[in-house]
Order: sequence, then C-alpha cells, then structure tokens
Amino acid sequence: MDFNHTEERRMLADSLRRSLERGADWAALAELGVLGALFTEDEGGFGGHGFDIAVVFEELGRAGSTEPVLEAGLAGGLLADAGRADLVEEIIGGGLKVTLAHFEPGLRYDSGPITTSANEGHLSGRKSFVTQAEGSDRLLVSALKDGEVALFLVDTAAEGVTLHTTPALMGGTISEVTLDRVAGEAVGNAHTLQQRLAAATLAVCADALGAMDVARDMTLDYLRTRKQFGVPIGKFQALQHRMADVAIEIEMARSAVINAAGHLDAAGPTRDRHISAAKNLLGRTARLVAEEAVQMHGGIAMTEEYALAPVTRRLIAVDHRFGDEDWHLARFMRLEM
Amino acid sequence: MDLNYTEDEVAFRDEVRAFLKDKLPKELSDKIAANKMLTKEDYDLWHARLDDQGYLAGAWPKEFGGAEWTAVQKHIFEEECARAHAPRIVPFGVAMLAPVLQAFGSKEQQDYYLPRILSGEDWWCQGYSEPGAGSDLASLKTKAVREGDHYIVNGQKTWTTLGQYANKIFCLVRTSSEGKPQEGISFLLIDMDTPGIEVRPIILIDGVHEVNEVWFTDVKVPVENLVGEENKGWTYAKYLLTHERTGIAGVGFSQEGLQSLKRVARQEMQNGRPLIEDPLFAARLARIEIDLMAMATTNLRVVAAADAGKAPGAESSMLKVKGSIIRQQINDLARRAVGPWAQPFVSEQLSDNLFHPGPDYAAKATNVYLNNRKISIYGGSNEVQRGIITKAILGL
Repeated sequence: MDFNHTEERRMLADSLRRSLERGADWAALAELGVLGALFTEDEGGFGGHGFDIAVVFEELGRAGSTEPVLEAGLAGGLLADAGRADLVEEIIGGGLKVTLAHFEPGLRYDSGPITTSANEGHLSGRKSFVTQAEGSDRLLVSALKDGEVALFLVDTAAEGVTLHTTPALMGGTISEVTLDRVAGEAVGNAHTLQQRLAAATLAVCADALGAMDVARDMTLDYLRTRKQFGVPIGKFQALQHRMADVAIEIEMARSAVINAAGHLDAAGPTRDRHISAAKNLLGRTARLVAEEAVQMHGGIAMTEEYALAPVTRRLIAVDHRFGDEDWHLARFMRLEM
Repeated sequence: MDLNYTEDEVAFRDEVRAFLKDKLPKELSDKIAANKMLTKEDYDLWHARLDDQGYLAGAWPKEFGGAEWTAVQKHIFEEECARAHAPRIVPFGVAMLAPVLQAFGSKEQQDYYLPRILSGEDWWCQGYSEPGAGSDLASLKTKAVREGDHYIVNGQKTWTTLGQYANKIFCLVRTSSEGKPQEGISFLLIDMDTPGIEVRPIILIDGVHEVNEVWFTDVKVPVENLVGEENKGWTYAKYLLTHERTGIAGVGFSQEGLQSLKRVARQEMQNGRPLIEDPLFAARLARIEIDLMAMATTNLRVVAAADAGKAPGAESSMLKVKGSIIRQQINDLARRAVGPWAQPFVSEQLSDNLFHPGPDYAAKATNVYLNNRKISIYGGSNEVQRGIITKAILGL
C-alpha cells in the first residue's frame, strides 16, 4: 500500500502549481505537459490514468483556472478512441481547442437519449451546457446516425452553428449550441462515452478538492486575523469546531477522489460505482465547505470583490456538472458490487 | 388551544387579500416572482398604495396615525404580501427609524419626519455596521465631535442596504470613548446630500448592487438631529432590535418559496417523469415542508405571546436562526431543482447581457441561493443569535 503519488506526478503537480501562480496561459500549460498528462502513451501522451487526472485538476481547481483543460481531455479522449491520433497530437501541443457538445435540454443529468440528428453528414439539433465553446476551434458533436450515436467534428465558426454564451457558475463560459444543417466530419461512434464521462467527472471532483483547500485556507486565515470583541474570531470554540468539521470532511473528500482515481480503469460498473461515490460525496462536501466558508467569514464573503467569491461559485457549481448528489446516489444504489 | 385565527383576524386577512388583488400592479408581482431587482420608483409606487389604504403605518400607534395592528395582524399582512408576490415594505424608515422616533424622538422630530416617511419624501437607510464592527457592533468607530451647533462626523459605514436610493441615513456614532463601548454611542439623523458624504456601491456575490459603503469626511450635522440623549444611542438601537421582530423568521417567504419550488419540480423532468416524483427529491421536499410547518407554529406562538403582552426577547433569536436556515434550505433545493440550468450564471452587474438560455424558472435560482446566504449573516449573525440564546434563555 502506498498513498504517495509517483515522483513524476508530484513534479508535474509542483510545476503546474508554480506556473498557475504565475498566471500560466494555455500555451504555457501545453508546454508544461498538462495536456499530455491526460492521455496514455498509446494515445500519444504520457499519463491518462486516474491519478494523472487527479493531480492535474486538483491544481487547476486550486488556481481557479478557466482554461479548457477538462474539455481537451474529454473531447480528445473520444477522438483518441476514434483513432484520430493526428488531432490528439494537435490537442496535446496546444494548437487545437475542442469541446464536446453532447448534452441536450430536457435530459437533465442523463447522457441520453439525444435527438440531434445527422443526415448525409449534416447535423441539426440543440446542444446544452457546452463549456468553453467560446474560443474553441472545433466542437465534437454527438448525433444520431442510422439509429446510433455517432461523433462529428464541426468548426465552431461554421455556417449554421449558433452559440448563446453566458458566464458559467464554475468560471469560464457555457453555451447553448444550435445546429442547423451544419456540415460535420464523421469521426466514429460514441461507444466509449461513459468511460470518458467518468474521467471528466473525476476531473470535476479533483478540481473541487483544490478549490476546497483554498476555501479552507482563506477561512483559517480570516479566523486568525479578524478581530471582534477584542479577540481573533478563531478563538471562539463555536467556530473552531465547525472549522474542524470542515477539515475532516475535506480529508474524506480527498479519500473519495483517491478511490475514484484508483478505479477509473476498472470495468464499467465498478468504475461507475466509485465515480458516483466520489461525486455524491464531493457534491455534499463542496457545498458544506462553500457555505461554512461564507458563514464564518460573514459579510465580506458576500462581496464580489473578495477573492472567495469565485471559489464559492466554483464549489456550488460542482453539484451541477455531470450529475448531482441525488443522480449519483441513485446510480450508486443501482450498481451493486 | 386553538390553532385557528379568530373571526376578526380572518376578516382582516380577507381585507388584505382583497386589497392585494385590487391594488398590487402585475408588473410588480411579476418582478418579485421572477426575483428581479425593484427600482426606487417601484418601491415608491407600492408605498403610496399602501399608504392610501393605511397599511404603510399599519403597525404604528394610533397617536401617530397608525392602525396599531396586533402582532397577529402584522403576521397576517406579511404572510399575505409574500403569498401575493408583493414588494416588501422597505423597513428602514417605516419599521426601524419610526419606532425609535416615536419612543425617543422630540416632538419636533416626530412631527417633521414621521409624515415624510409615509409620503415617501424621505427614503432612509441604516448606518450601523462598519468594516471593523460587524457582530461586535458596539466597537463602532465613526466619530461625531460636537462643535458649537453641529456635530462633525468622520468615519465609514458599510452594508448600507439600498443606500443608493436614500436621501437620509440614521447612524450610530461614537460621541464618547469613556466607559464601556456601548456607553459612548449616539443616534444621529443625517442628510445624505450633506457635503463630505460619499456612497460607494458594493457588488454582491450574485452580481447585484443592493448594499453600499458610506464614507463621512468632516460632515456637519446640526445638533437638533440627535435623537434622544447623547451617549444613549445603544439603548435606542437595542430597542429597535427587540421591536418588530416577529417577522424575522421569514415564514411567509419560506411558504411562498416552497410553493414556487413545487411548481418548478412539477415542470422539470427527470427520466421522463416530473422531478417531484423522484423519490430522493420528493423526500428532500417533504423534510423541508415538515420543518416549515413546525416553524410556522413556532412563529405564531411567539406572535401570540407578543399580543398577550410578552415582548419577544431572545425568542426572536430562535426564530431568526431556524427561520433563516429553513429559508436557505428552500433556496438550496430550488437551485438543485433546476439541475444543469444552474450553470449559466447571469447577473445584473457581472454579465454583459441578461440572456439565460434555460426555462424562465431557472434563470435566477442560483442567484437567489447565493444572495440569501446573507440572511444567516445580517441583522446579527446566527452565531450571535445562538450566543444570545445560550445566555438569555439557557443561562449558560
């Protein structure tokens, strides 16, 4: 038994943390190998396993990064499965930004059945919750072709593609995408979608872990420095005990992420049971940490100007991506070991 | 034991209902239902209609032109307004300053200010909290130094709600640093257009501008704007905190929130069925409804005791703690109910346009959830309230 990350992963995490602190942009992240870490050697990368994903996204979450790394891993993974090594290489090098356009309005957190259709290579339909589509080069669109879900590449700027973009709760942007007879390049089927969504869900959990560490540290700092009634408010036992509970729950969340990362390559049901366990627990914990951080800070944490605001929103967004607490609880209960 | 309203109370409720049906403009109730910010004109219009009916001063004593509502009547009024999506009465003038002036103000102050509150000529805001004086309000530092016929005020107030609409502010200021901090505080009425006052907006985490910082630099305030005696301001502020506290549980808002949540859960689909039929979600909804039923009765018990002559003291702290938690849980569930539509985050001050791609009911769910994290913080945080309960009720 060994709960330490490998030397390589530790080095990646350290250098990633340092460059994010210096404000690393997309090119810098690619240069650092962050994108390569999301793919296996067979796919042209040097990672691709659960713990590679966990270390990378924990740092991105800590830094509050809005670079489209999750999107690169999710769309790139599906492209790798479809044998498009050429595109994966471009993604890893930072030269191509692709995001998956799969979910549709009305599905809530389910990944199907979709209704977007492909007729003779032309796509029509509406896709929801497409993250970081703004600024992407291509969309990887799922559509029904001969009764099966297939994947197509579409230029984000192509004729017939309309984006309705808003800021996203987690940071960055989120778009509704309308496709009106858009020419798409067929890339293959979507048989590995669940596996790739599992990896993306793990990424969201690890991202939340990094953000929770930040919320805890900011709150601790505030408890040590904010004085009321002549003493730092961290001297009040009522707050001390709540802070202790926050610290305990974050360690539980860390373990849940380890469990999920360690089972990402397992067979479908085992993998999904662990992913659902982690996502359910992280959803609960992220909310607890966000709410406790705000409450223990008091009014200052209600303001946009204070640095906790985007962290709070990112933590609340966790439960709305790739299935909430209840969705994963129900799936966990269905997946008997 | 009788859980029903008396005949008179039912008649009053029906009268309020009829008034709301007749006089509440649909544009206003639509805005409230959609959780949109109201403008100053919206509030002014609503206050004028309430004043025509005698409802604006409903809670005031008869000698000041009020209807001297009982605590139960006040409760009924608030409950019906929440149900009808009526704007709340902006409390700062009507419900906060007026009772202090009625109890401690001079005859001149009463005659001058009270009618202006009802007519809408004056919009008051509250200058209590400071950056360094939140939970520990008595440590406030904004100073008023007497110079001839004036006080010279210097300092900074914060969390001034709707201060951007106000032409007047009532402030707690330090007039003495002798003795206990509570003993050197005075209650001062200040014109917002006095030279030296600057209002700066604070944008909240959901992107709205509803609170402000107010800065005072050598602001000259006539001595006749002092309420009551110098250095007795803490007593008046505390009077305010124990007065009019029966609405503090926000039961009406919670009941309305629960109804609107159920409407959303009937429309939002999951696995081809309405979300409200999902056993996990339905259980969450049921637990909150059970809590709210008990909360409503707890609230009425305190209201009834107030009518029986027992001024609610620390009991209002219980109402505040549990009432705010229940309201926040309903907001939390409303956010969960909209599912992935909580992700597009559109806000008045932080977004270039206000387009939200989801169903109408989803547009503000996250914003309301985030904004109402304030209700367990403001007006004495829940930690402060629990401290009051442990001391005043439990004797620990």
